[in-house]
Amino acid sequence: MDATVTTGTEESVWGGGNKPLGASYGKMMMWFFIVSDALTFSGFLVSYGFSRFKFIDIWPIADEVFTHVPFFHGNYPMYYVAFMTFILIMSSVTMVLAVDAGHKMKQGKVVIYMFLTIIGGAIFVGSQAWEWATFIKGDYGAVETKGGRILQFVDAETGERAALADFAKTLPEERVKHVSSEGIWFQGEGYKTSYSLNEVVEGFKATPNILIRTEYVNEEGEKTVLDRKRSLEKIMEATQVVEGANLVHNEYGHRLFADFFFFITGFHGFHVFSGVVINIIIFFNVILGTYERRGHYEMVEKVGLYWHFVDLVWVFVFTFFYLV
Amino acid sequence: MAHDHKLEIFRGLVKFKSNTQKIWGVLVFLTIITAIEVAFGIIKPRALTHSHFLGMKLLNWIFIVLTLVKAYYIAWDFMHLRDEKSSLRRAIVWTPIFLICYLIFILLFEADYVYNVYKDGFITWDF
Repeated sequence: MDATVTTGTEESVWGGGNKPLGASYGKMMMWFFIVSDALTFSGFLVSYGFSRFKFIDIWPIADEVFTHVPFFHGNYPMYYVAFMTFILIMSSVTMVLAVDAGHKMKQGKVVIYMFLTIIGGAIFVGSQAWEWATFIKGDYGAVETKGGRILQFVDAETGERAALADFAKTLPEERVKHVSSEGIWFQGEGYKTSYSLNEVVEGFKATPNILIRTEYVNEEGEKTVLDRKRSLEKIMEATQVVEGANLVHNEYGHRLFADFFFFITGFHGFHVFSGVVINIIIFFNVILGTYERRGHYEMVEKVGLYWHFVDLVWVFVFTFFYLV
Repeated sequence: MAHDHKLEIFRGLVKFKSNTQKIWGVLVFLTIITAIEVAFGIIKPRALTHSHFLGMKLLNWIFIVLTLVKAYYIAWDFMHLRDEKSSLRRAIVWTPIFLICYLIFILLFEADYVYNVYKDGFITWDF
């Protein structure tokens, strides 16, 4: 090494400590992580697009799926998701304000803004949990055919959706639950629907003003409703009652819709959750004065980048899941 | 770098006095866009749902464009990409955009093909 001749300029370029992109190591790595995570999310969203384009004429209409607002009864499509979007954007704003206060070395302000950010994140995650619970619980109920198609019911007079409870008969039948002590081979049972298939079918036959709504979207962008005669033929194809949604059955329409909903919003919700956890850690570090001693608040900026990224992803999830 | 903020948005049309003010300005802008999106989503104007461009409803194109606008301002002002060096910005922005466009192109075309196979092919799936 002694023989190596280094000139002054070479040393300043290759000697280390050089920042060609003007960003510190940690910040750049956060950016690289965000880029790769963005690609993961795009993979999910594009595969959602794939399934949707594959079943373009029978895909569920999001407006009819997410219609609930907590503490209110009635049909309010999208308002709650819009509120969630606003909460997340708002928490992004408090995060930037925390970063800005950090640049000015104002510890007290950083603490307040970080706290507000954490609250915003917690409200969002809570809202998402509520959204999931509502989605899983279901709304009106439907029946599924052998091919996995969903048949929903509408009132012929009002055109409104009809719940199973509106017309299903209560028959004196008893359903035996499969238990392992009864035999060696049995199929594990999931949830039990409030009405048996027979009760729904008999009730449907007895109520003339109930029609079947198929999954097909017509020219008007609405689901096709069959007339009474074809409805009566169609109901015979039903093989089971579906209430709510899970990974296998989905009363709102195509089961892939539910799968992607759980997967994408779940993955995003997990990001928000981990963001909240990281924010809490940084929050306590700020309170303890770690960054005050370090002389800069770059850590707040880095966690801020992650938090904004979560917001950024939600903007896309909102569009592709709820609007488009 | 981090301490001198560029305080103009809309290509210099709006100039803010401080970084904090800019943040609130961007929030107002993003909120307006979200409100427009929600209003469109609830009203669904017939003129926009019945005209198509590249096989997709005009309304959906509007949603996507507005989303990209929102994403731009989140990345540029909240993630302060506006204040970073252009080389870092380009590396971070164009790489995913290229890859995502490729992914969208290849998967959506394939999906449309599969849709036609289901529709015209000898496959029963609605039973």
